[in-house]
Amino acid sequence: MVASFRVGPIAPLRAAATTYVELVRNCPLAVLFVFFFFGLPKVMGVYPAYTTAVIVLALYTGTYVTETIRSGINSVAGGQAEAARSLGLTFPQLLAYVVLPQALRTVVAPLGNLFIALTKNSSIAFTISVGELTGTAQRVGNATNNYHAAFLAAAIGYLLLTIPSGLLFGAIERRVAVKR
Amino acid sequence: MAETPVVVLEKVNKWFDDLHVLCDIDLSVDSGEVVVVVGPSGSGKSTLCRCINRLEPIDSGTILVDGAPLPAEGKELARLRAKVGMVFQSFNLFAHKTVLQNVTLGPVKALGQPRAVARERAMELLDRVGIAEKADRYPAELSGGQQQRAAIARALAMGPKVMLFDEPTSALDPEMIKEVLDVMVELAEEGTTMIVVSHEMGFARSAAQRVVFMDGGRIVEVAPPERFFSEPESERARDFLSKILAH
Ligand SMILES: Nc1ncnc2c1ncn2[C@@H]1O[C@H](COP(=O)(O)OP(=O)(O)OP(=O)(O)O)[C@@H](O)[C@H]1O
Ligand SMILES: [Mg+2]
Repeated sequence: MVASFRVGPIAPLRAAATTYVELVRNCPLAVLFVFFFFGLPKVMGVYPAYTTAVIVLALYTGTYVTETIRSGINSVAGGQAEAARSLGLTFPQLLAYVVLPQALRTVVAPLGNLFIALTKNSSIAFTISVGELTGTAQRVGNATNNYHAAFLAAAIGYLLLTIPSGLLFGAIERRVAVKR
Repeated sequence: MAETPVVVLEKVNKWFDDLHVLCDIDLSVDSGEVVVVVGPSGSGKSTLCRCINRLEPIDSGTILVDGAPLPAEGKELARLRAKVGMVFQSFNLFAHKTVLQNVTLGPVKALGQPRAVARERAMELLDRVGIAEKADRYPAELSGGQQQRAAIARALAMGPKVMLFDEPTSALDPEMIKEVLDVMVELAEEGTTMIVVSHEMGFARSAAQRVVFMDGGRIVEVAPPERFFSEPESERARDFLSKILAH
């Protein structure tokens, strides 16, 4: 969605999308966490730390997804869009039927990487005391005084999540590729 | 009373920054007429085509298609573009769709035709351009000449009032040029209104009523093909012809 605003003909939407992407993407994730954790309650009432973590991760990953899809859109040759326009398709139709289907094919692999990065980025949520994997490992390590084992378990936990996602995206990639 | 011309350009001007690409272009194309546009590289031929279906906006002047001025971007414009078929030098078939899907996309999505109707009409058109057996292939599986014929069928499927061709054969190997030109000559004989940017003199001689010679963003000379190729009036046209005849 935001990616189509970024390439679309409507200037205010394009500007808003660009601002969002540049602001959020250029902040370290930990800073965003702290900022939202302490800043959000002031404007929108108190959220549990967990909700905050989900919002921040969504916003943050969203910027990368946006940029990835945008690069996919740009990789679809301009002639394709031009041909669609000359057939009388409107801009949303052109995106839906011509540009996005082709763009998505080229971005499946990078999107897979992003998804894996998202899983790992969740570890930073422990700066605002959300009980995710890394934070739990830290506490277990504290309690048992065996940091090696605790973090090894955490690492295995992440791999258990990321490796299947990697395989899944690999499979999706093969499926859409044969349709060319 | 004479029919209204299909395409009318009046005092059309266009700049790319400070480059004056189209200068005071006046041109009127009647229904059923075939006009071939020639001129040196950079003279504004492609820009002229792109302005007629408003892929590029113009800075001043008017363009009428089927009697109506070109509207600004939006639904209206989309409707108007459907009246102007465009065939590109680089085919620009939709890479992720089969030939048949390429041809039906416009009629179904832009004109709202029922899918079955669009399919049937598409098969007729593919048959007419001689590639009906390739209907379920993807563009990458076709030769250049077949792709360009598919692109012609795709443009025709919209039932356009006028067909624009921008150097339709210049990306093709010599043996494929003929198969595309044959289709175009046939269209011309059936009374399709066409504006063709092409240096194929054989096509101009056999199909065109007029040749428009452009140079430096201006229309320098307009003449029937026989006269233009044998005794051009302007110095610049003579110069240009001697260059393209040299090889
Ligand atoms: N999008 C653009 N932005 C800036 N300048 C452009 C753009 N498109 C074309 N031009 C310039 O406008 C002039 C006319 O270009 P155009 O493509 O219409 O020429 P042409 O007659 O079709 O040439 P050719 O025979 O090489 O296709 C050229 O000088 C070109 O560099
Ligand atoms: Mg050109």
